Amino acid sequence: MEFLNRLLAFLANAIVNIGDWIQGLLVNAGLPDPWPLLIVRAIGAIVVGFFPLIVVIFLIWAYRKISARMQGRLGPNSSGTWAGPWGILQTFADAIKMIVKEDIRPQGIDPVPYNLAPVLVVFASVMLWAVIPFGPGGALIGTDLNIGIFYILAFSSAALFIFLMAGWSSNNKYATVGAFRAVAQLVGYEIPQLLAILTVVAVAGTMKMQGIIAAQNVIFLVAMPLTAFIFYMATLAEINARPFELLEAESELVCGYFVEYSGMKFGMFYLAEFMNSVAVAAIFTTLFLGGWRGPWVDVAPILGTVWFLMKMGLVILMWMFIQITLPRLRIDQMLNFNWKFLTPLAIINLCVTVLVNKGITEAFPGGAPAWTRAGILLATNVLLVLIVWGFSALGQRRTQRRMMAWEAAQTAELEVGA
Amino acid sequence: MLEQFIFVGLLFFVAALLGALPPALAWVLRPKRPHPRKGEPYECGIYPHGEAWVQYKAQYYIFALVFMIFDVEAVFLFPWALVYNWLPLYAVIEGVLFLLLLLGALVYAWRKGALEWV
Repeated sequence: MEFLNRLLAFLANAIVNIGDWIQGLLVNAGLPDPWPLLIVRAIGAIVVGFFPLIVVIFLIWAYRKISARMQGRLGPNSSGTWAGPWGILQTFADAIKMIVKEDIRPQGIDPVPYNLAPVLVVFASVMLWAVIPFGPGGALIGTDLNIGIFYILAFSSAALFIFLMAGWSSNNKYATVGAFRAVAQLVGYEIPQLLAILTVVAVAGTMKMQGIIAAQNVIFLVAMPLTAFIFYMATLAEINARPFELLEAESELVCGYFVEYSGMKFGMFYLAEFMNSVAVAAIFTTLFLGGWRGPWVDVAPILGTVWFLMKMGLVILMWMFIQITLPRLRIDQMLNFNWKFLTPLAIINLCVTVLVNKGITEAFPGGAPAWTRAGILLATNVLLVLIVWGFSALGQRRTQRRMMAWEAAQTAELEVGA
Repeated sequence: MLEQFIFVGLLFFVAALLGALPPALAWVLRPKRPHPRKGEPYECGIYPHGEAWVQYKAQYYIFALVFMIFDVEAVFLFPWALVYNWLPLYAVIEGVLFLLLLLGALVYAWRKGALEWV
């Protein structure tokens, strides 16, 4: 019984305790001072680095299975060559196949960026995970940089340069057009994403990921749903999920910027795409769903990690639904959606949220209760959505009238011609 | 503060390893049978005509210019958002005015037709 209690106490805060245990072992083994902590941090880095890889291996299987069921197919299964029950080993089989595939290198490529791009694309998406908090306090595995969300912005926009490197160095017209599109799309959608993050940073008052989580006594998805919407749409474009899948556009650009890659180098791009979507889900969870916060976290910190992973799973599932059901936009629709809808909306949202939030702080000198603040912010958001809705309806009617006038003029011209 | 970045440095090595290992492994394991026909740039079965590094009509460049405005703005706005809770009301209003100026610039570009796809 005594042992059981101690085991439970150990498991309740497993991440911190395992770290302390390893550190204790190393100290007892007589290592000089900086090394035990450094080795524990290195093990942490290995865990954080491999975490997205392991998630992605099963996510690719889950994605293929779910998309198949939604489209009335079977997906990977164990008929034919055996790939485990429900085809769960399919991803491993694919990985092995890609590793032993010949690497066909086209003539006239620029070898350095061509070979570096697949390495860097995975590198950048692993680096994102350094500041993702998996749990409260010491159980976050990574590190709580004071520039947290800024760090994430830096590494997520690195993808743009990598895509450009891959597309331009391939000496292929499809790849070059794909790279141009990558620039237009990623550069454009960075702005609403940035403005949405600014809104969160202003309301939370910090760029630290743990600080942002600590500020969410009411989760920001409830307090600022419009900001969450803007951020979500922008990140969908940043990871080029289906409605914004113009970089790849299988039916027009065959594969976009990585058309000339084969074998494992192609596999790296495929891997990075899924890794990014997992990372984005983790970031969305941290910014808007309260990260690891949930019931009983103060009793057993390991539950924080469980809540975090569950929320992240929900966000990933939503990404899958959108990716599987929606068709692809046209390039001008994609640009219009960003520049004429999302960006102005994000600016107005930032202004209104910041002013209203300051107003609440001024109105309650003793500090506003969390639910009051969230309720007022929510009401402002609803009002803003209604106003925008009204404006866009007006705009639509005007466009419709103009189109009808144009058609009438065309018919009149035709009649004169006849 | 600086010791927090030790973790970033360690993750740097792990990430570099994760990125470099699979291609390296593939380089050891894969067959190497190059053939000039295999190495032609992919162009849907047609013989490639010229190289890809030609001048394109890049319609995106005005978007890139508009992007520049907003990207520079971010440099000013992040510090502002960070100290927002300690700012008096007029400083917040100043920030909002700055944002509205940017919105004005965007509307100007819009009215000028810079945001049309041609």
